[in-house]
Amino acid sequence: MDGGEKMKIMNMVNAINDALDIKLKEDRNTIVYGQDVGVEGGVFRVTEGLQKKYGNDRVFDSPLAESGIVGTAVGMAVAGLRPVVEIQFSGFVYPAFNQIISHAARMRNRSRGRYQTPIVIRMPYGGGINALEHHSESMEALFGHMPGVKVVIPSTPHDAKGMLITAVESNDTIIFMEPKRIYRAVKQEVSEDKYSIPLGKANIISQGTDVTLVAYGAMIREAQTAMILAKEAGISVELIDLRSIYPVDRDTIANSVQKTGRIITVTESPKSFGVASEIAQLVLEDAFLYLEAPPKRITGFDTIVPLPKGEHHYMISPEKIFYDIEKTVKF
Amino acid sequence: MFKEYNPIQDKLFRIIDDDGMIINKEWMPELSNEQIVNAYKEMLFARTADLQIVSYQRQGRIYTYPPNYGQEAISGAAGAVMREDDWLVPAFREMGAYLAKGATLKELFLYFMGYEDGSLFKDAKNILPLSVPIASQLVHATGIGYEIKYNNKDQVVFAFVGDGGTSEGDFHEALNFAGTWKVPVIFIVQNNQYGISTPFSIQTASENIAIKSVAYGIEGIMVDGNDYFAMYAALKNAAKRTGEGNGPVLVEAVTYRKGAHTTSDDPTKYRTKKEEEEWDKKDPLKRLKAYLIDKKLWSEKEEERVIIQYKKEIDRQFEDAENYPESSLDDVFQFMYDEMPEDLQKQKVEQEKFLTWMEERK
Repeated sequence: MDGGEKMKIMNMVNAINDALDIKLKEDRNTIVYGQDVGVEGGVFRVTEGLQKKYGNDRVFDSPLAESGIVGTAVGMAVAGLRPVVEIQFSGFVYPAFNQIISHAARMRNRSRGRYQTPIVIRMPYGGGINALEHHSESMEALFGHMPGVKVVIPSTPHDAKGMLITAVESNDTIIFMEPKRIYRAVKQEVSEDKYSIPLGKANIISQGTDVTLVAYGAMIREAQTAMILAKEAGISVELIDLRSIYPVDRDTIANSVQKTGRIITVTESPKSFGVASEIAQLVLEDAFLYLEAPPKRITGFDTIVPLPKGEHHYMISPEKIFYDIEKTVKF
Repeated sequence: MFKEYNPIQDKLFRIIDDDGMIINKEWMPELSNEQIVNAYKEMLFARTADLQIVSYQRQGRIYTYPPNYGQEAISGAAGAVMREDDWLVPAFREMGAYLAKGATLKELFLYFMGYEDGSLFKDAKNILPLSVPIASQLVHATGIGYEIKYNNKDQVVFAFVGDGGTSEGDFHEALNFAGTWKVPVIFIVQNNQYGISTPFSIQTASENIAIKSVAYGIEGIMVDGNDYFAMYAALKNAAKRTGEGNGPVLVEAVTYRKGAHTTSDDPTKYRTKKEEEEWDKKDPLKRLKAYLIDKKLWSEKEEERVIIQYKKEIDRQFEDAENYPESSLDDVFQFMYDEMPEDLQKQKVEQEKFLTWMEERK
């Protein structure tokens, strides 16, 4: 890197904290709150140190009530603030659904553009951390189905920082889902400067010719390992990090499939009516004549995510992805 | 006032009795005769409009409508107490308050005719659109209150809900958050005795609604919602108190929904004529009118004269609304996002292609 850009090794927790720090410093309208985000810095320590730096009226602990957290954010946003709220785990967001779908997602439309709801709703999601019930699910498709919000999921510290900065600056309500399994597992050099990454754009991680593999969040790691297995078997994989659930970057996916002729989507969410189904359909619409195999969905089951002792039945391994890559290429 | 009318004692704050006589001089608000006459006229206008809208609905000229009939003193008083910069967070049965804030009847007509622009209220400052999911708007009021406090502004939020809404979780969350944040919000519960067909006795085992304030550590008062003076005095006091940084106030306005829940509802199925007649005695307009006539400030003749004038004005605004331009496809798409996502643009283009095809087919 040149130009005097200062780099620092960060994991995703550090990167998100850094993005919030930058926005809190830059814009007095940015407010960060949720359960335990103040004094403790959040159960995952994502907001650690921010209350000390910016004060109790800008970074604070709220009462324990998800609807209240999101609903008050709607009011603050209408009045001109830019709240970034944390839902402690995505499995606890359901009491806030009414506020998200009935108000945050529709206030601009309802008020004919007079009011907007620039809210970021952050929430850790996903399995593989040996957690109690309700702490492991991946229900991003529920939000993707809500007209009026955007839904994004970073997979690296670099992306998390840039995407969160964009999200805080966006005038829309952004559901910002954080793959908690890789909160601290992936480290990389991240610029300490302010930068932003557009929402709605997928990232081609690696070019390939035989099959397009779409994944996001914690599944990127598994997909990368599967890609190595595929390479050893002589299969060239084009790996795309979706990054945005809604809007979906259909052009990047369609262009890739027009080249490879095959599409596999990996998500750790239930199979039916999900992100993988959506991608399969858009490929059918935009790249039908290029297809050499049916679009494949590698997903969780239409079951509850099992408790830790049984979670391995549910979680997607690199081997499972490789297994389906081979089947799709040989179709 | 809040000490004297502690909701734990189940005391109802009243200033005039059912015959319009002052029974509580101590708290009679300082209002000029002109202000009182105007207040009555505004309530009369709201009632005339309300009855007129129900008849438009019967003629098939407007969709479902929730009448305010019988509850005019609450919105009237709120409208008089609210300052220009104060926020109004409505539910959907507060006509007098919207009008006082600067919304027009025409806009309300548009809303109930099914036009998106009916939520615009473009000349009303700091007003939210109507909120249909019950009680969900109360947490917005708390959030707005946070912004007011954060930026040290001289504003108060007036938030409305009905008795049924007090059973919702958001009622609790809004009051609980507001209490801990000490924000300048007045939560006004229009206890009109029914949530559609469900009587108040089924909503809660609490003696009254105002008493719930005690649990949130905030002030609360139970007011005769059909008594304009009591509503005015209570809201004025509440606004002063909360505006000075003393935290939110819960005001229960005890009233009666004389009309149906909406034009789709039939109250004869769940309440008696006798009950309706009992509440007729406490009608807010009847009481204020008796007061005004007693003070020689009003007459039946004057009332007849203004009603004719009001009906003309209401018809004029209604016809104006009926001539509103048709809804366009743009109306559906343009405000969903700050910038329309590409895929959404494509959905719109697809629909336009279909419409062109339809046009050519003619």
